[in-house]
Amino acid sequence: MENQENKKSIQDKLATIKYNCDSKSHLVVDQKKCAKCKEKTCTQICPAKVYELDENLNEIVVQYENCLECGACRIACPKNAISWEYPSSGCGVVFKNN
Amino acid sequence: MDIKFNADVIVVGAGPSGVAAALSVARVGKKVILVERAQYPGSKNMYGGAVYTTALKEVFGEDFDKFKYERVINTHTWSFLNETGSFEMTYKNNEATCAYAIKRFQLESQMIEIVKKHGVYYIPNTLVKNLIQENGSVVGIQTEQEKYYAPITILADGVNSLLAKELNLRNDYQTKDMILSVKEAIKLDKKTIEERFNLKDDLSNGVNKQYFGSDFGKLKQYKNLFMMTFLYTFKDTLMLGVGVNLADLSRNKLNINEILDEVKLHPDIAPLVKNGQTIEYSAHLIPEGGYKKIPKLTSNGVIIAGDAAGFVNGVHFEGTNFALISGKLAGESALVALENNDYSQNTLSIYMKKLEKSFILKDLYSYRNVIENLYSRSDSLSKYYPKKIKELFEIITCANCVSKSKQIREYFFSYFKDRKITELFKDIFAASKCALDVFFGK
Ligand SMILES: Cc1cc2nc3c(=O)[nH]c(=O)nc-3n(C[C@H](O)[C@H](O)[C@H](O)COP(=O)(O)OP(=O)(O)OC[C@H]3O[C@@H](n4cnc5c(N)ncnc54)[C@H](O)[C@@H]3O)c2cc1C
Ligand code: SF4
Ligand code: SF4
Repeated sequence: MENQENKKSIQDKLATIKYNCDSKSHLVVDQKKCAKCKEKTCTQICPAKVYELDENLNEIVVQYENCLECGACRIACPKNAISWEYPSSGCGVVFKNN
Repeated sequence: MDIKFNADVIVVGAGPSGVAAALSVARVGKKVILVERAQYPGSKNMYGGAVYTTALKEVFGEDFDKFKYERVINTHTWSFLNETGSFEMTYKNNEATCAYAIKRFQLESQMIEIVKKHGVYYIPNTLVKNLIQENGSVVGIQTEQEKYYAPITILADGVNSLLAKELNLRNDYQTKDMILSVKEAIKLDKKTIEERFNLKDDLSNGVNKQYFGSDFGKLKQYKNLFMMTFLYTFKDTLMLGVGVNLADLSRNKLNINEILDEVKLHPDIAPLVKNGQTIEYSAHLIPEGGYKKIPKLTSNGVIIAGDAAGFVNGVHFEGTNFALISGKLAGESALVALENNDYSQNTLSIYMKKLEKSFILKDLYSYRNVIENLYSRSDSLSKYYPKKIKELFEIITCANCVSKSKQIREYFFSYFKDRKITELFKDIFAASKCALDVFFGK
């Protein structure tokens, strides 16, 4: 079940962050493995709600532009289905007030 | 192939460990390249808020005095949160200078400026994709554009260290080895912060608050939710964050931002952040595997330092000190190898000896079971005892016209009646084990 309140809260918080966006995704999921995954841990664990299940296509949609580069999804995915890299040089999140 | 080296040492990652490593190599006039993927110093990095000055002094020596900070952290509080309030202990030393609140952008900028003056060749905006290996030895790095060669590479690439993984120096981490943390930087004016936290107005005063307990609000329903909440006062910003084990989050199907939002509503925290404006949200992992998960720290031509090696003491929020000192020792070990013209694992293993002599491996060893023990009793720590502390203080503080001895007797016996008696013994056993480990540690 998607918690709408939390999703809204995260969206508001993501709006505080500066990103230098990469033109290609540094996060790629193996949809074949995802189709068989019951837990869908990525959709719940990510502090930026980067992963969402598209119920119609039964596919994971990856909004890599919002990624905070923490690495949690990579470790938490039970099927090792995420090919996780850093965004290209200089791209991705830019923390200024940390 | 005859390799033409670009430098004596390459350091990957310009966090505290990488900077310290590069500096110790440059100090003796050796050529060192420091490569960082971020465009701006520190802009990929996140922490709670205090850098420990003893380690900073040890690494930067006479340059230490140049560091600008936002506040000296001289007050520490430990709080056990319950549904309606908390029990809090405070330690304050008005003359303490052992920790500075500095934002990472400011910390890394200042550190990098200093090491550049000492001759470190700094290359920002450059992601290291792979390590170059030859005849079983690391001889350089492959960035997106270029290759750089050096006989020794120091991996200071942080908690996710993809490069250490690439070399198979460690296994994949499991969820139980990692804390996921999120934080909000909350803007308030300087004066409001000083009034709310009872601080002097000259920045010589600052607070680090640590909160335990998850028996309040929506969090009550979740079992085995051991979380650490932290708050640091900066000049005109508060840093409020929570850290929770990834396994606990997965099991409870919880998103960590929900926890942070709930924390902000707690009656003892809400007034502290009231009317503050969140100016940045961030997330980061903390390695918590400790002593048992330390990777292979050296291999031919390569050394690992800082978070990449899992060097933190999560119980006391110590990380920058481990990073700075392990970086320095990694740099010094590289110098020994350069002197001997031998970059093999065998020579570089002097790093291990240096770490064993320092507080780093000693503390990791002494705390090797502590986190595990805390987690094994997480419901006791996060739910049961905060409640019992509340009960005790209700007896002491509410003049409720019932005989004190009667209440205290009942309170005492409640420890044997509330839960299965074995739970109490397990708590005592776990607590004693932690205490004995640390007392008789290295
Ligand atoms: C929530 C939280 C609170 C904390 N609070 C405190 C505290 O109050 N006090 C304290 O002392 N410690 C604290 N710590 C721990 C502390 O932040 C870390 O231990 C410390 O930053 C580790 O330093 P490091 O140099 O090893 O790694 P990092 O600081 O993570 O630096 C690694 C660097 O490597 C770069 N990098 C990574 N991969 C590549 C690559 N392939 N190519 C190029 N560059 C790369 C990164 O961009 C980064 O700049 C906290 C940590 C967290 C997460
Ligand atoms: S948790 Fe892993 S396998 Fe499951 S849906 Fe997410 S990415 Fe796919
Ligand atoms: S790295 Fe962190 S922020 Fe990025 S997608 Fe994974 S869990 Fe989300």
